[in-house]
Amino acid sequence: MIELIAIHKSFNGAKILNGVHFKIRKGETFVIIGQSGTGKTVTLRHIAGLTDPDSGEVLIEGVRMNGARNRVKEKLRKKMGIVFQSGALINWMSVRDNISLPLRENKLFSPDEIERITNEKLELLQLKDAADKMPADISGGMKKRASLARVLVINPDIILYDEPTSGLDPVMSEHINELIRRMQKDFDVTSIVVTHDMQSAYHIADRIAMLYRGEIVQCGTPDEIRNTENPIVKQFITGQVTGPIEVA
Amino acid sequence: MKYFKNLFYLTGKRLIDILDISGFTILLLLRALYFCKNAFSKRREIFKQMYIAGVKSFIVCSLVAIFIGMILSLQVGIELQRFQQQSLIGDLLITTMTREMGPLMTGIIIIASVGSAMAAEIGTMKVSEEIDALEMMSISPVKFLVMPRLIALAVMVPISTIYVIALGTIGGAIVAYFQLNVPYDIYYNRVVQAIRFKATYVGIFKSFIFGIIIAAISCSQGLKATNGALGVGKATRSTVVASFLMVLIVGYFITSFFYGK
Repeated sequence: MIELIAIHKSFNGAKILNGVHFKIRKGETFVIIGQSGTGKTVTLRHIAGLTDPDSGEVLIEGVRMNGARNRVKEKLRKKMGIVFQSGALINWMSVRDNISLPLRENKLFSPDEIERITNEKLELLQLKDAADKMPADISGGMKKRASLARVLVINPDIILYDEPTSGLDPVMSEHINELIRRMQKDFDVTSIVVTHDMQSAYHIADRIAMLYRGEIVQCGTPDEIRNTENPIVKQFITGQVTGPIEVA
Repeated sequence: MKYFKNLFYLTGKRLIDILDISGFTILLLLRALYFCKNAFSKRREIFKQMYIAGVKSFIVCSLVAIFIGMILSLQVGIELQRFQQQSLIGDLLITTMTREMGPLMTGIIIIASVGSAMAAEIGTMKVSEEIDALEMMSISPVKFLVMPRLIALAVMVPISTIYVIALGTIGGAIVAYFQLNVPYDIYYNRVVQAIRFKATYVGIFKSFIFGIIIAAISCSQGLKATNGALGVGKATRSTVVASFLMVLIVGYFITSFFYGK
């Protein structure tokens, strides 16, 4: 369903992605782990079509995303949503207006139906009390949940998560993990999750890929990653200071 | 040799950057004009932007207008007084204000108070991934953000210009009365007689173009912002500099087109 073929990307001469190559099946939850600055978010942005690679191809359901015309990108994006690390809520709109924004702007439903769907998602993500607050007045965790609610209202086939549980308390993290699992089980949603949180990765992933210095060093099931012999992956998942990964 | 190499490199880089942002601004303007067909559905946002551009810059417009009128009246009036021609102050003031000073001063006020804020707001949205979020929701940032601001400034700059001209003329009258001993009725009659239809519509047309220029530059600089707070600051500064230069340059060409030989 999603395929990245030999993606190379540099920013100001610094190589960020160096031939990243993987394939994600429909309905799969694929987790990308790795140190900060290894290009996890950049990989996610390539899949979303927000960044174009220097070379390589991003295929979504067989359609090339990179270099595609705006109309093609828009069509592909109608099937996907992204939960940004910062939430990326529109700062001059209330939480409720942010969540209903894609439905209102794309005129997908009647106003009554939009209100019903928005209330349903507010309830699902425990945001009812914050519905009329502005993004500046809510916590980072709430922003992230509101961002997820804004994605869920459009019932996407693909959801991209950038650090969905960072900054959340353990109970809320677990709630989000459950939600990601439920989206896969009930609606066959394909999820790509970028995270540092190994507990969360083991819990939600069908497969985990480790990105190191712009390359995928290992890709496998949670059990394969847990029992890995790869020294880089081993050091990362156990959080040891000494090993092949240099602490900058 | 190395020094010259660096100089060429930096000059070339700067030139490419200028061409890049100029091209981006022109394309953005054309796309925003295309989306004007959706203006009715964005009327709430347009009115909000009109309120910001008009009402929120009301006090500064008023103060600048009054004092510009007073300064003009005093400077020109003193010279006219030497020839006992101070009664002509109304003619000179209204001509200067409608032809040049009204649109130019309003343009400068709007650049400083509205354009810079617009660039900062959109720039902050860009660096905090809000623009990316809009694109992911299949919402065009041009239709959602740029078009309402463009229409708002294209409407509000001419309205503010008329207000600045009116208030500037009143400021001139105060100085004419108290410092130059020109009675209000004489001043008023001279002003009314000196108002020219061409000067008025050229002045308003000029301010309409200034509104479009300021909105296009502010939005394009905001949308090109990168590197967090530093990038937003740079976008704001570039907006003020580029808008000011463009207002002066385009202002000259409009004047030259209507009044030149």
